Amino acid sequence: MVDITPADGIPPAEVAEVELYHPHGWWTKYVFSQDAKVIAVQYSATATAIGLVALVLSWLMRLQLGFPGTFDFITPEAYYQFITMHGMIMVIYLLTALFLGGFGNYLIPLMVGARDMVFPYVNMLSYWIYLLAVLVLVSSFFAPGGPTGAGWTLYPPQAIMSGTPGGQDWGIILMLSSLILFIIGFTMGGLNYVVTVLQGRTRGMTMMRLPLTVWGIFTATVMALLAFPALFVASVMMLLDRVLGTSFFMPAISEMGEQLQHNGGSPILFQHLFWFFGHPEVYIVALPAFGIVSDLISTHARKNIFGYRMMVWAIVGIGALSFVVWAHHMYVSGMHPYFGFFFATTTLIIAIPTAIKVYNWVLTLWRGDIHLTIPMLFALAFIVTFVNGGLTGLFLGNVVVDVPLSDTMFVVAHFHMVMGVAPILVVFGAIYHWYPKVTGRMLDETLGRFHFWVTFLGAYLIFFPMHYLGLMGVPRRYAELTDMTIMTESAHHLNSFISIMAFIVGFAQMVFLFNLIWSIRHGREAGGNPWRATTLEWQTPQTPPAHGNFGKDLPIVYRWAYDYSVPGAKEDFIPQNMPGSFGPSREPA
Amino acid sequence: MAVALVLVLIVVGSVLFHLLSPWWWTPIASNWAYIDNTIIITFWITGVVFAAVVLFMAYCVFRFRHREGNRAAYEPENKRLESWLTIVTAVGVTALLVPGLFVWSRFVNVPSDATEVEVVGQQWQWSFRLPGRDGKLGTSDTRDVTADNPLGVIPKDPNGQDDVVVEAADLHLPVGKPVKMLLRSIDVLHDFYVPEFRAKMDMIPGSVTYFWFTPTRTGTFQVLCAELCGQGHPMMHGVVMVDTQQDYMAWLGQQQTFAQLSAPKQTGSADETTGQTAALGPEIAARLETVGSR
Amino acid sequence: MSVILVFLLVIAGFAGWWLSHQRLMAKPWLEQGLASDFVGLDRSALPTAKIGLGVFLAVVGCLFALFTSAYFMRMAVSDWQPLPLPRLLWLNTGVLVLSSVALHCTSVAARRGQIDTVRLGLATAGLTTLAFLVGQLMAWRQLTADGYFLASNPANSFFYLITGMHGLHVLGGLVALGRTTTSAWAGTRPERLRLGVELCAMYWHFLLFVWLAIFALLAGWAATFIDICRQMLT
Ligand code: HEM
Ligand SMILES: [Cu+2]
Ligand SMILES: [Cu+2]
Repeated sequence: MVDITPADGIPPAEVAEVELYHPHGWWTKYVFSQDAKVIAVQYSATATAIGLVALVLSWLMRLQLGFPGTFDFITPEAYYQFITMHGMIMVIYLLTALFLGGFGNYLIPLMVGARDMVFPYVNMLSYWIYLLAVLVLVSSFFAPGGPTGAGWTLYPPQAIMSGTPGGQDWGIILMLSSLILFIIGFTMGGLNYVVTVLQGRTRGMTMMRLPLTVWGIFTATVMALLAFPALFVASVMMLLDRVLGTSFFMPAISEMGEQLQHNGGSPILFQHLFWFFGHPEVYIVALPAFGIVSDLISTHARKNIFGYRMMVWAIVGIGALSFVVWAHHMYVSGMHPYFGFFFATTTLIIAIPTAIKVYNWVLTLWRGDIHLTIPMLFALAFIVTFVNGGLTGLFLGNVVVDVPLSDTMFVVAHFHMVMGVAPILVVFGAIYHWYPKVTGRMLDETLGRFHFWVTFLGAYLIFFPMHYLGLMGVPRRYAELTDMTIMTESAHHLNSFISIMAFIVGFAQMVFLFNLIWSIRHGREAGGNPWRATTLEWQTPQTPPAHGNFGKDLPIVYRWAYDYSVPGAKEDFIPQNMPGSFGPSREPA
Repeated sequence: MAVALVLVLIVVGSVLFHLLSPWWWTPIASNWAYIDNTIIITFWITGVVFAAVVLFMAYCVFRFRHREGNRAAYEPENKRLESWLTIVTAVGVTALLVPGLFVWSRFVNVPSDATEVEVVGQQWQWSFRLPGRDGKLGTSDTRDVTADNPLGVIPKDPNGQDDVVVEAADLHLPVGKPVKMLLRSIDVLHDFYVPEFRAKMDMIPGSVTYFWFTPTRTGTFQVLCAELCGQGHPMMHGVVMVDTQQDYMAWLGQQQTFAQLSAPKQTGSADETTGQTAALGPEIAARLETVGSR
Repeated sequence: MSVILVFLLVIAGFAGWWLSHQRLMAKPWLEQGLASDFVGLDRSALPTAKIGLGVFLAVVGCLFALFTSAYFMRMAVSDWQPLPLPRLLWLNTGVLVLSSVALHCTSVAARRGQIDTVRLGLATAGLTTLAFLVGQLMAWRQLTADGYFLASNPANSFFYLITGMHGLHVLGGLVALGRTTTSAWAGTRPERLRLGVELCAMYWHFLLFVWLAIFALLAGWAATFIDICRQMLT
């Protein structure tokens, strides 16, 4: 069969079936907007703002850990409130919201060649409910008793008891309500992301021609839609336990010499529900990062992603498998020990597709034409960090090795590497990569390089040594590291060092923020396709893309997303919407 | 160039840090050297992979960095290479998993000659109970917890009468004898963790969890709580002393049984005991309050 | 957690079926141009709104599967005392079935373009659904009057929780139904109305199915059924 050019016989690009909504005033254009791109910016800005709060909280915690006894205002109570809010904000309100609400909203319609999300109104509601959830969360800082200090895992019974900050005050109630709101809002957005990928693809954009970014976000959203209900169920039940005195999770308890009313409830049930959500959540954050980083590497190495099919299968496989590994967070929870055999096996099996992804990233570099742009630097840093964090995951997944290490600083170091720093590095890389599309201007290069080196090396220096504190036995979630016989003097010094690095890394983020704001006005003009990339978002008629994205006609897609350096082609990239056939040995479909 | 160099330095630095830094695990004091060995295997395998991947990246960045006129190769996939990599990874993962599961099966199967020791966690202190002469622990229930019966031993159970109760004080264990730690909590989740023993397990109100180990050297070890249990969590320390058999018997002889503790107090000595075991929990709570009011 | 795992297995089955039609084994770099065999791959012929609703129902299904899982796990603890279900629930079930049937007839009528029947059907469905909700509230009142309070036993807690959750979903459906009904009177385009009616019908059938499942669960038949299955296996 021969290639078909868009001459005769092919209908013109169809008009989107959703009648495009047209904003009328400033308010509907920039505030109550139904344009996915505006919603994306709103999501990102809100997530960044609340993320800054979490960053400041991490400084406060590091102040306490690095210089114990120096800062009186950080009481144990305050410390636990800080870690809880820090952890919850980072995982849910920052990363989940940013990857799916931010990047998902911006990139999905553009990359699949759609004018907008399929249900724009619901999409707008999604953002406003998210904002409400954030506000409810923030309000707990000002509520009597302060925010909850139960740890981001919110384990009952302590989460709703008086020994925990906020347990018998407003803190936990506001936290649970905020989570419930978040889940409702997210479900609205998530429906959009999924259905837009299913139904919004332009002509010729088959699933196997999608950029991996879309595959990552799509799979992560499907997972989130199925995993968040578990958190919803757990939150609702805990809220009833706390407010109406039911005993879903609350067993008979004698608290400080007093018998509580509850009876028979099962704390382990909560843990199962929580981690049934919690583990997929790790991949909900990781899969979009995987997808984005694949595209960054491919674009900036001017080479197609190595083993595209394997990458797609791995994303889908990881997504499916991650629903049967949740109890690896519960090896020492006192659940039936024989579960350990099953969950250790499934957990280590997941390592295989994950490893394949890593191989394919580095093999993409092999014989590439590597432009060491800032997005590429962040992508390289991601690989280092992710490999490091992924490998320590093999310690913690292997049930018996987890026994001494669980609930120590080793765990803290591990998950910061793998789901904290690694995805954040991708977020940065992605911002440097797509900022020119969003604003039409490049971010400043010098500031960018400074930001990159400090963040990457600083974060590595924070979290790499921390593993060894955990190996020594230093437990996590310790507001005071005094009177610990296992800790040598030098271990305390190491802690101070880690804290200082944390402040430096935090400072670099301020530089980044400055760059973000400054470059809107003063950045170098970018043009429509500064990275000479193939995917559709770079082929829009205007930059930044106008409402409706693609002008009069939707693009038609003739090729996959990775036609870089195709032999025989003049340029080293062929946009997806460029007709024609290139390359020596290519059989047409 | 600089990038490739930094990548190499990261590998070299991490390996040197691993080998030379003074921060390492505490000298082991139990039979779970198996676990340490598994960790060593894991360090080897993961270390090799880490070094290989990052050094390969460094080489690529050095060798294939952009220069004028360069063009990337065109290679969508390579089935053979991918299959090989998958197989090698699978072998590596199996090499980690198999010894791990092997040790885990030891960890969960308690030897039949292990003596039972009960640990009871409560905000924020540790108490212990040892079976008396009959070798059996009496049953317990959180609903039976009172000031005089802090562990909630069911008074009607005859097996419980001779149980030795150690409230908010140090636990002693004889060296070289396997023990099965039965873990219980009367309020929230806690986790009994002695770093030198390598083992730990959560304690869940409403159920009894366990782990076992054999202390292999005498000494004094700090008990840490490893599950966030409220404000007093970081101060919830305890002490386990591993004694020679002789010292252990001597200590055991001084302890009170449940029956003695719950007998109506008339003698001066009984008062003394209550005074001496003044619970740690309230003390920590008081300390927190002073900290809070600062 | 077995209920939710079975549920996810079903979802995975759907996903696998769909993926198997996406030519995951193809080598996309070899396929250039807009070959006509891909056109079928572009998207489903179903209206987008229906696919959206389908995805949403999967999420709702997940939610109730999780409640069921939690129910079975909590039930294993000894303090569980099943509560007698009010007879009224049978009546409510009947009413909910009626509303589902009404919506089914409405969507048939909408397909044929019989606008009067559509209006009648929508009104019937709305009223019967309201009756269902009122009936559920009365069942709650009856239980509290008999001393079965929310917090007195986990079986009670689950009863109120799960029926409440179901009720909330029905309530949400009523909002959509209300909008469709007004548009039926306002005279929107027939295709639009038909889509709206079909969406409502789909949602109602699903909620009816969920209701039957949780009714069986709360009445204890589900547990008995599982026990029988287990005995047959061993
Ligand atoms: C340089 C940046 C960061 C620093 C310095 C930092 C520091 C900390 C510290 C000191 C703790 C408490 C450890 C403990 O006492 O147990 C913590 C906990 C945590 N962090 Fe971070 N963090 C950073 C970034 C992140 C990011 C990006 C994430 C996103 C996933 C994250 C997620 C968490 C979580 C989930 C917890 C656990 C909270 C808990 O124990 O309940 N952190 N972090
Ligand atoms: Cu996990
Ligand atoms: Cu604790």
